[in-house]
Amino acid sequence: MSAVNVDAASPAPVAGAGGPHRIDAIPLRHPGRWTAAVVLIIAVALFLYGAATNPAYSWDYYAKYIFDQRISKAATVTLELTVLSMILAILVGVLMAVMRLSPNAVLRGVSWTYLWIFRGTPVYVQLVLWGLFATIYKSIRVGIPFGPTFFTITSADAISVFWLAVIGLGLNEAAYMAEIVRAGIISVNHGQIEAATALGLTWWQTMRHITLPQAMRIIIPPTGNEVISMLKTTSLVTAVPFTMDLYTRSRDISAETFTPIPLLLVASTWYLAFTSVLMVGQYFLEKHFAKGLRRAGAHG
Amino acid sequence: MTTESTQGRAGGPTVDGGGARVPDMVRAENVWKNYGNLDVLKGISLRVGRGEVLCLIGPSGSGKSTFLRCINHLEKVNAGRLWVDGELIGYRERGGALHEMHPKDAARQRRNIGMVFQQFNLFPHMTVLDNITCAPVLTTGAKKPQAQQRARELLDRVGLADKASAYPEQLSGGQQQRVAIARALALSPKLMLFDEPTSALDPELVGEVLDVMRDLADAGMTMVVVTHEMGFAREVADTVAFMDGGVVVEMGAPGDVIGNPQHGRTRAFLSKVL
Repeated sequence: MSAVNVDAASPAPVAGAGGPHRIDAIPLRHPGRWTAAVVLIIAVALFLYGAATNPAYSWDYYAKYIFDQRISKAATVTLELTVLSMILAILVGVLMAVMRLSPNAVLRGVSWTYLWIFRGTPVYVQLVLWGLFATIYKSIRVGIPFGPTFFTITSADAISVFWLAVIGLGLNEAAYMAEIVRAGIISVNHGQIEAATALGLTWWQTMRHITLPQAMRIIIPPTGNEVISMLKTTSLVTAVPFTMDLYTRSRDISAETFTPIPLLLVASTWYLAFTSVLMVGQYFLEKHFAKGLRRAGAHG
Repeated sequence: MTTESTQGRAGGPTVDGGGARVPDMVRAENVWKNYGNLDVLKGISLRVGRGEVLCLIGPSGSGKSTFLRCINHLEKVNAGRLWVDGELIGYRERGGALHEMHPKDAARQRRNIGMVFQQFNLFPHMTVLDNITCAPVLTTGAKKPQAQQRARELLDRVGLADKASAYPEQLSGGQQQRVAIARALALSPKLMLFDEPTSALDPELVGEVLDVMRDLADAGMTMVVVTHEMGFAREVADTVAFMDGGVVVEMGAPGDVIGNPQHGRTRAFLSKVL
């Protein structure tokens, strides 16, 4: 305190260049931080040494299978499952969100019920049920209800287990996407919609050019999380049962070679590689939609 | 500075060269608006002639902003009729019955009516130039280069020619409001509505916005302005209407209503704000 007063009272001469005295205090020591850091570094080093020398990890098998063609093919299938089911989830999710905000009570009710069911039951159970689709609906008749039928298709022929997996994952995820999109839309200041309306923009023009671009800022971060989450959830498609994805394929190979641990590590490495790429993509998307908003941009 | 020009503007219905009656720019007849049991407007009737400036004054909650928002159908009128330039707002009269207007037609009507808001409501994700060209490009199919050319002229007119590529957040409140005025002018409206355009501004920024509005009035724009700036109302308005409790208590020339109010309620209000 007194030092500040002295500085203020005696301007310039002592400071030389005309500025105030810079405080040159001896920094506070943090022995606790140093101890914690050293303990952790030792623990990690011990773990890595153990992992490298423990034969149970079978690093030779890890090296042999990490770029195995069956594994890389399965990784591609997992990516396809993720992308296709997310596209379905976003389309159905936006539809459900808009329905939820509709003035029509029936549309709101349908959207609410959809969310209630698909969010309220486990995705694993839903996937098993989708696997039984052809048992429940043996054939699909296309025609006029209570009237003539134009043609009939057999469910088992028409829909492969891959597409059942996509539908199962996508429709489950759509329930979560609907909530994310709805939160984004209602986060946009009502004055924005009013200004657009006063300028003579139609409802859809306002949605497309004013509301959604601003909602994106709210929608993208949680959607990025959902994509990463979906990538991992694809490992449940064995419930359908669909067996060509990364996790199930790794398990199948390890069932022949009796080396489950290295193959689980192989699968984990691929999952981790994909999520890392997705995180980079998310960073650039967030930056793009933070245009004109300094505060959000600073965080990106 | 502008006292001379107010005399040049026509008051009330005017007669064009051929002798035919030209409709008032705004005509309200017994306009009612309620939210549930709450009557916000209780029968507003008034006229605003071409090139006239009407200032609406009164305490908050008196219905001034609601009435302004009825003029471009942001609020639906519950009873009475509102015309802008002779065209019934929000409804269509056919076979003796009123039909609700399709949203597309309501949007078309709004393109003739510019509006400026208390909170500016610029689009934060667009540059100043895009804010101004947005509506002409989307609604009238204007070509982008022409729209940008016009936007730059408007920016020059509000004194912000150098801010075309800035984002709204980088501007002061007064600059944002001037951009908002330029944005409203981009559709070449016949009528401009101002909803407390200076109420959200720091005191030292009020003047620059009022200057732009004064220039606009001098150029012959028809304006309806909800304001608490009595100096502006007295200087620029052709007519001042004092509203309280959802009715127009007193209306007339600014010198009369502000300078020599007849009603007790008007006097009580003015004694607090002047």
